[in-house]
Amino acid sequence: MIQIPPELVYTKSHEWARRLPGAAQAGDAIEIMVGITAHAQEELRDIVFVELPKIGRTVKQGEAAAVIESVKAAFDIYAPVSGAIARVNEAVVKSPQLVNQDCYGTGWLFAITPSDPKEFSSLLSSGAYSQQVQAQAH
Amino acid sequence: MAEPLIFERSVPGRRGYLLPPSDVPGFRADDIVPSDRLRTEPPPLPEIAEFDAIRHYTRLSQQNFSVDTHFYPLGSCTMKYNPKLNERIAALPGFAFLHPFQPAAQVQGMLALLYELEQLLCAITGMHAFTLQPAAGAQGELTGLKIIAAYHRRKGRRRSTILIPDSAHGTNPASAALSGFQVVQLVSGRDGLIDLNELKEKLTKDVAALMLTNPNTLGLFEREIKTIAAVLHEQDALIYMDGANMNALLGIARPGEMGVDLLQLNLHKTFSTPHGGGGPGAGPVGVVKRLEDFLPVPRVRKVGKRFRWEERSRASIGRVHGFYGNVGVLVRAYAYIRALGREGLMRANQAAIINANYLKAKLQPIFPVPFDDHCMHEFVVTLKALKTHGVTAGDVAKRLLDYGFYAPTVYFPLIVDEALMIEPTETESKETLDEFADALLAIEQEAKTKPDLVRQAPQRMIVERLDEVKAAREPNLRWKAGTFLFSPEGSTQRK
Repeated sequence: MIQIPPELVYTKSHEWARRLPGAAQAGDAIEIMVGITAHAQEELRDIVFVELPKIGRTVKQGEAAAVIESVKAAFDIYAPVSGAIARVNEAVVKSPQLVNQDCYGTGWLFAITPSDPKEFSSLLSSGAYSQQVQAQAH
Repeated sequence: MAEPLIFERSVPGRRGYLLPPSDVPGFRADDIVPSDRLRTEPPPLPEIAEFDAIRHYTRLSQQNFSVDTHFYPLGSCTMKYNPKLNERIAALPGFAFLHPFQPAAQVQGMLALLYELEQLLCAITGMHAFTLQPAAGAQGELTGLKIIAAYHRRKGRRRSTILIPDSAHGTNPASAALSGFQVVQLVSGRDGLIDLNELKEKLTKDVAALMLTNPNTLGLFEREIKTIAAVLHEQDALIYMDGANMNALLGIARPGEMGVDLLQLNLHKTFSTPHGGGGPGAGPVGVVKRLEDFLPVPRVRKVGKRFRWEERSRASIGRVHGFYGNVGVLVRAYAYIRALGREGLMRANQAAIINANYLKAKLQPIFPVPFDDHCMHEFVVTLKALKTHGVTAGDVAKRLLDYGFYAPTVYFPLIVDEALMIEPTETESKETLDEFADALLAIEQEAKTKPDLVRQAPQRMIVERLDEVKAAREPNLRWKAGTFLFSPEGSTQRK
């Protein structure tokens, strides 16, 4: 069974998003952490190259923000929400296999400071995403 | 047995030739080259006899798959046979021994050929004018995009978006991005064709052009092409056609009559000139009349009965290649078109379409075609069902090598899961198509009963399954003195 953590939200294009706890309470800018799902990394198979966005770049919801290349092909990774790129995970550039090994943890890709908090709540729940994955398998 | 690198065949002191003593005054290298730019040691070149070099490269060439040795159903690449007559014609001294700096007056025959080839390509595509300069399909795309940018600039506006369907060739978005455009993807409809509503929704005032491949990479003809062109033209956006799949239209349909404004042709696909390593390629670009002024210079002009180069044009995007492109390839394409004629091109095209549909019908009971319709020159099947056996499209492709067939395009287009994209071309016989279909059906059985055999394929090749992941993550591209891929004793070391 493919791992779909219930505490995350998802996009149709197989990205996950996590609102970082704590930051909001401290009154700082909220950050949305982004990666690809276990289903996505399994479909892509062995990832050999990751290109991340520049910090500070503004992206729109649904805009291609990163590129992942596997032995199969190259794929765009889309921003789940609009905002500015706050941080990127340099570790996956050096070791792309982290995305395969730990896609919800050390294999995260980038974090966005969202410009419209409402967009986050429009993303798919783990249940809705799970249904989508199952529908595609048939 | 695997062939060692030529460096591994090297023996100190061994030579191919002994040169006679020089009878002209010599000079010292440091008299003409700054000393800090000079090597302190000789480069580590292989030291071998002439026949060692000949045997080495002949053996390597024999280990290749090629159109001359194997069926090569590489979808969207149109690997058709290269008639040997073309080679003979291109080797005629009057073509082969020309120098690009010869004045036009001395090369009237070649200029006449180039001029006529442009006219023939215009007649085939319904375009108004052609440049033969671009050296490949992707360079043709780049040339086309520069013309699109120049067109809008002349109209005094800046447009930065190019629309590209998700069924287009992968080079299209790459060329658009390289030209400084923003790419917006059009999601295909359920029938695998452009969805008019999706097009209208994404057609903003910023759209410079739509780049589409027709027939698309699913091998499907865009039936609504005229409406699509009209929708774009309403906003004075242009329509660029990637002509890499022109083998499906030759002699039957002309893009100029579909509303296409400009396109590139891949002579190394559609017009039977050598492909890939056998190249070089050629990607001529054709345009409608209102875009003619932007074509690259120089252009061949006919004045009376004579031909000359036109070097300047105010609106031209400039040169895109030295001299006039890969002229030797152009000669081969000209020979092909003249040998077949209009009737012959049409019949070749019909055979390509019939071959693809025949193969599709044979495979379809086992391998589903997700966007199913009568196909044009190629079709895409999905091997999704083999996933339950742990076998992928890539595994099946490698197993096909064991059966003596070059593998079709895999994992493309991306909108089909575990895709295998098959293009047989017109030159293959029914017997070859049957053998290929039988091989695929046999592999499907193997995948169910002996999946490891398929997962570890190829088994019968000189080099077995390579570690693609390691090759991509830690590429080892240069030979270093003292290192051996194969041990000096000749036994292979596998890593």
